[in-house]
Amino acid sequence: MNQMNNFTKGFFKENPIFVLLLGMCPTLGVTSSAINGLGMGLATTFVLVMANIVVSMVKNIIPEKVRIPSFIVIIAAFVTVVELLMQAYLPALFKSLGLFIPLIVVNCIVLGRAEAFASKNDVLSSAVDGASMGLGFSLALTMLGTIREFLGSGMMFGIKIFPEDYGMLLFVLAPGAFIALGYLIALINRIRKV
Amino acid sequence: MVLTLFAVTLISATVLGFVHSLTKDAIEASKLKAQNEAIKSILPEFDSLGESWKAAPTEGGDSLTFFPAYDASKNLVGVAVKTYSKNGFSGLIELMVGFKPDGEISGYQVLEHKETPGLGSKAQAWFSNETKPKQNIIGKNPETTDMHVSKDGGQVDAITASTITSRAFLEAVRRAYDTYKNNLPAAEEEPAVSSEPESEGGES
Repeated sequence: MNQMNNFTKGFFKENPIFVLLLGMCPTLGVTSSAINGLGMGLATTFVLVMANIVVSMVKNIIPEKVRIPSFIVIIAAFVTVVELLMQAYLPALFKSLGLFIPLIVVNCIVLGRAEAFASKNDVLSSAVDGASMGLGFSLALTMLGTIREFLGSGMMFGIKIFPEDYGMLLFVLAPGAFIALGYLIALINRIRKV
Repeated sequence: MVLTLFAVTLISATVLGFVHSLTKDAIEASKLKAQNEAIKSILPEFDSLGESWKAAPTEGGDSLTFFPAYDASKNLVGVAVKTYSKNGFSGLIELMVGFKPDGEISGYQVLEHKETPGLGSKAQAWFSNETKPKQNIIGKNPETTDMHVSKDGGQVDAITASTITSRAFLEAVRRAYDTYKNNLPAAEEEPAVSSEPESEGGES
């Protein structure tokens, strides 16, 4: 398989958020600011790459019947590693992402890629696939976070653009996440159809 | 089949144990650093921190932690109190409130909360807004200022659209003050305020 194609698919053609619509829970939950979206995206990317590599390495020794539990254990281990590292070295980000880090375990993108891709392909392709999907996910989360942060509190990556009092509070809250995501998906689909 | 699954979990557990032991100290250190920074930001300039102690609030419940701060000549300049309220809009709110020896609030820091972003989460900025004296609690003494929201007959304006958060916030402040008053640092002599018999803590 062409690795370049394999790498670029996650950003646009098969973007996990805009096209595959996987992993909506963290998407809607953490994107109240751009930096949260980016942090969540990169944490997920790390888990995706590592889990994909390990799953593709052990795919031949794991019996079919215990495939899913084994994958989940592998994924959960990497998520906990990320959680511990983030708690130790990025306490501020850990505080704002909080609950959502352990929830990467049940993010269907991670299990989805392990099951659909890594368990059928070699190590290198799987790593590239993980990076592609993870970065596509980060891109989507950062876009959504930037839009919500800008409209909701007048900031971009924490830099003030206009006074917070004029922000539309709705966009920081859950309904704003749905609205912004809906428009983004519509826009991406429009571009894809051209 | 069982063996493979066992092997997978065993290896994962080993890796996790290893990472845990690697990061344990760093996590402790960053927690301690965050705590010290919070204390520094809410108390007047101080030279050293004394031994912290714990005391239960008069109405019962979990203990509060006290961090006394001293200047170079070992005079008490303030006490930071780690307090909480369980009546937030979405559960526990943890605060660190700083009191000068006479009971005046020198500052506060919201340590942990799960309030609605954009509404209740404004507590950190709201109650320290110097341009709005009716909502600012810094520099006020809970002895003379009624630390209830104005809607409940108090003297502090609640956060717009977040009365529940504001009530919980002020409850935590009152709890800190009442407990502080009843558990002054034993060895230090205190200004007049400490002899006040009045104690109606935890009416909420």
